[in-house]
Amino acid sequence: MTRIFACHTGIGPIVTGKALVAADNFSARYDLDRIKGVFSRPQHLLFGQSYKDKVLVLNTAKGGVATAWMLNEMVAREVAPKALVLNSANTILAQGAAMANMTLVDRFVDGDITKLIKTGQIIRIDPKAGNIQITSSLSSAR
Amino acid sequence: MRLTDEEEAMLAGDMGPHVQWAIDHQINIGTFFDAADMVPVSQAHMMADPESCGDAGTAFMEDIARDKSKVVIPMITDPRGVDLSYYRPLGQTEEMASLERRFIIACEAIGIMMTNTCINYQTIMPPVFGDHVAYGDTGVVIYSNSVCGARSNFEGGPSALAAGLTGRTPRYGLHLEQNRTATRRYRVTTQPQELTDWGVLGAVIGRKAGSYWEVPVIEGLDHAPTSDEIKHFGAAMASYGSTPLFHIVGITPEAPTIEAVSGTGLLEEKITAADIAALRDSFAGHGDQLDVVVLAAPQLSLVEMHDAASYCAGRRLKKPLIVCTSPQVYGDATRMGFVATIEDAGGTVLQGTCFYNQYAREIGEANGWVNLLSNSAKIVNILGGYGYQPVLASMRDCIEAAIEGKMA
Repeated sequence: MTRIFACHTGIGPIVTGKALVAADNFSARYDLDRIKGVFSRPQHLLFGQSYKDKVLVLNTAKGGVATAWMLNEMVAREVAPKALVLNSANTILAQGAAMANMTLVDRFVDGDITKLIKTGQIIRIDPKAGNIQITSSLSSAR
Repeated sequence: MRLTDEEEAMLAGDMGPHVQWAIDHQINIGTFFDAADMVPVSQAHMMADPESCGDAGTAFMEDIARDKSKVVIPMITDPRGVDLSYYRPLGQTEEMASLERRFIIACEAIGIMMTNTCINYQTIMPPVFGDHVAYGDTGVVIYSNSVCGARSNFEGGPSALAAGLTGRTPRYGLHLEQNRTATRRYRVTTQPQELTDWGVLGAVIGRKAGSYWEVPVIEGLDHAPTSDEIKHFGAAMASYGSTPLFHIVGITPEAPTIEAVSGTGLLEEKITAADIAALRDSFAGHGDQLDVVVLAAPQLSLVEMHDAASYCAGRRLKKPLIVCTSPQVYGDATRMGFVATIEDAGGTVLQGTCFYNQYAREIGEANGWVNLLSNSAKIVNILGGYGYQPVLASMRDCIEAAIEGKMA
């Protein structure tokens, strides 16, 4: 069964991709090895996992301003997430997504999005419409 | 968003393709955050080290420079990633230096002043109360908002650049009075004594607040901090919480009373000695092994340079000590002999950079640095993801450790 979650109007194009979910926060500077394309901060719940071409589903931003340039740099080298889906973006993630033309949505009506989506599910994000759609169950996504 | 005639002309491309990019970028951000219009800003400050920008960001800047587009307000820069007078000994490559040189040439052509500092509020031109600005660097923003009473969101490099090109920014977040009132109320029960204590206190509050959209108000401090102390306090809070604004009742300008920031109805949360100890424990040493000592993040003020020099005077360091300061402070610190004193002890003083944005992973690998000691609660929070095992101690203990050659 397709499930749709409404959110605030977002940034970037419509995309579809596989979710990588954690109840943790995000900073490209603090958390990533951007050359290898993996989470490198030992304390991060996604430590060691690849983020390349994934839809990252996380809580909010952490730390500083570097992510605004870094998302653009990651997209240029094609070692980047496909989209960011957050409970709440800060200004830097929004600015970085706009610069990189990376899909970003936040502020969900139905509650904590990190609890509503599971890692491995395929989701379609429509920033202009302000919603995301789970297009496959966990089992069919494998 | 409601646009003025001038902004409509920018959007139509009448002022060139890069101003058109800038206003379009700002409309995109403004729409995302439900901004009604734009607000003029008096200054912009851009974070743009080459590790963050990469070739793509540098080429973007070169494209703007090639078209002879210029910033229309005073625009300054955050610390760079390569001190071009001292990079090979750090293990930085010619490729990194080349990217740095290209970026600087582009910035200068656009009319950006290469101040290369994250302590512009101590050294260049502090904003005044009510001043709308477009600042990058979280430490700069939180100090300017909280201590100076200026109005700024965190502006990442591209957005600070856009503000420099258009002279405005979308009116959302902390440009709106209703978003500056307190949302979390904390009572301090242990008084901070020196810089690292202030950093730890800021880190604990930032971690508890945990969101850009929370505004902490703090009570219980029995004395006003110095500029350096509140600098470390704010920089750490911004790092751990992505927090851009705090109030301290009776100290910061928007909070003469708890009522002034609408904090009376908020549940009071105590910052206990256990909270402080838990934060410190997460950056405690494991054994004696020490590879490098770093004093940075934020760049050191003249007073901090004086203190670092006094701890080094007549001593000999067994381990590398790297001190990062601004070009403005560096000149005075050289004239007053502080730089020579640190270097005579065997330390290294870098100007216009900050350790964590100097390709920290690559220089760590090049030098075999893993066990890093610093007095900055901010930098120890950042460097774990770069492959370091960071440990936190006071400035005096950091330098004593470099002298002894083992962890404090």
